Amino acid sequence: MTPTHLAYIVSAALFAVGLKRMSSPATARQGNLLSAVGMLVAVVFTLARAGLDYRWIAVGVAAGSLVGIVTALKVQMTSMPEMVALFNGSGGLASLLVGWAEFNGQPGPHAVPFLVAVVLTILIGGVTFTGSVIAWGKLSGKVYSGPVTFPGQQVVNGVFLLAVVTLGVLFCVQFGGGGTWRLMGPNTYIYLFVFGAQLLGVMAVIAIGGADMPVVISLLNSYSGLAACAAGFVIDSSILVVAGAFVGASGLILTSIMCKAMNRSLANVLFGGFGVADSSSGGGTEQGEAQAASAQDAYYVLEAAQSIAFVPGYGMAAAQAQHAVRELGDLLEANGAEVQFAVHPVAGRMPGHMNVLLAEANVSYEKFIEMDDINPIIESVDVCVVIGANDVVNPAARDDASSSIYGMPIIEVDRARNVFVLKRSMASGFAGISNPLFYKANTKMIFGDAKATIETLVEEFKAS
Amino acid sequence: MSQNMLLVLMLAVFLGFELIVRVPSTLHTPLMSGSNAISGITIIGALLAVETSGQGGTLSLVLGVCAVFFATINVVGGYAVTNRMLMMFSKKEVGQ
Repeated sequence: MTPTHLAYIVSAALFAVGLKRMSSPATARQGNLLSAVGMLVAVVFTLARAGLDYRWIAVGVAAGSLVGIVTALKVQMTSMPEMVALFNGSGGLASLLVGWAEFNGQPGPHAVPFLVAVVLTILIGGVTFTGSVIAWGKLSGKVYSGPVTFPGQQVVNGVFLLAVVTLGVLFCVQFGGGGTWRLMGPNTYIYLFVFGAQLLGVMAVIAIGGADMPVVISLLNSYSGLAACAAGFVIDSSILVVAGAFVGASGLILTSIMCKAMNRSLANVLFGGFGVADSSSGGGTEQGEAQAASAQDAYYVLEAAQSIAFVPGYGMAAAQAQHAVRELGDLLEANGAEVQFAVHPVAGRMPGHMNVLLAEANVSYEKFIEMDDINPIIESVDVCVVIGANDVVNPAARDDASSSIYGMPIIEVDRARNVFVLKRSMASGFAGISNPLFYKANTKMIFGDAKATIETLVEEFKAS
Repeated sequence: MSQNMLLVLMLAVFLGFELIVRVPSTLHTPLMSGSNAISGITIIGALLAVETSGQGGTLSLVLGVCAVFFATINVVGGYAVTNRMLMMFSKKEVGQ
């Protein structure tokens, strides 16, 4: 037992306590700092090991810190999903490189478990890296955000995955078995793994539509933990295994929450090619006329309302309307109404995305109400203001068994007394499904930029 | 590698599940970016790969330095942005 081992135990404890503190908004920041201290302790005591090349380490750490800090401080809260995807990808790439460097630095013969760990580290790390980069591209609009599919895609992917796994088994048998039979040299194998893993990551994520990105990001988050975990087996370090397992578990829980909130199985998200082209998408004129209203009309209703629930979606982020929404909320409260923010678990492009935006705008977290808590009381809500949300308030998910989102839990705003939907146009949502909510008698559409509409309402209240 | 590591892995997965199911959905984005930063623990492996006289020669050194670079982005950026977000969640109480 060396001081470094003791330090790693302290780090693991700090990670655990840090995650525990994440369970309340009041202690979460402290939890994150504890976790960061745990990381610092682990790094400092690792540096104490003899034989490290500090000059090169300094170069890597300085450059990485600079990039990390600048990105973290400059990023807009609306772009958080893209940035998390990028950080995730860089963690996966780091694990891949660690596995590779470690194999390269160890003279043979190798034990089979070591080889298995090397293969897994490179494969999971590589998939995490390119998968995250594609997810980033889809989220930021740099890559076509719909699902990219072709006939026989799943067969191709399956065969490809099988080939990579077979190669992995051959690699372990050849270099761990002590035999002399060689299909290829060790480096050829490693190049194939590095290349194959990255190709797998691309193929896995291009097939998934933009609407499913919350699931994909959660899953990639889990993979980045599993890659670190596998790297822990490569370098025989339990701190990597423990910390990696925490992240793996965290990502899996979020993935399962996201899947439940969309009423889809993980397999369906990964292989479904969802959101290709719904036959009923777009038009929907057969459902009657949507009623348009002006911001002034909305003002008179809101002014008289006793309870108001805002239901934000990605459109609020796109319009950067969160500050105006908070101001309107404050004015409504000053006017004597009860104001709540009902956030669907998959609203936005990552879990909890809307909560972060509203918190940025100074909305107190006590005002957030979860889907399961508002639905039973939604009939007593005077006005629901839907801001740039679409699929998560689509009653077709509840009523229309032929809809592709049928069974997905929604915030049932159509049962509230009045609904205002702030939307740029009648275009269908991210998932490409028409929304009967827009044609309900108690629904009024306010077309235009959500931020401008909210600001008009704020002006009306200030003028009164 | 010993079988103890597998035991540690199993227990850590259980502990991880117990810790994280308690996180409310409001905090899921900070949870994700914070746990993302923790996955940067792979930096330990990266640092150990940058040796002065390792067996792996230049290739291992280059791979190691690149690994340090990317892992540091993950760690530093992840913690910094999580802290930035969580400050937004707590400033309401401090401010008023």
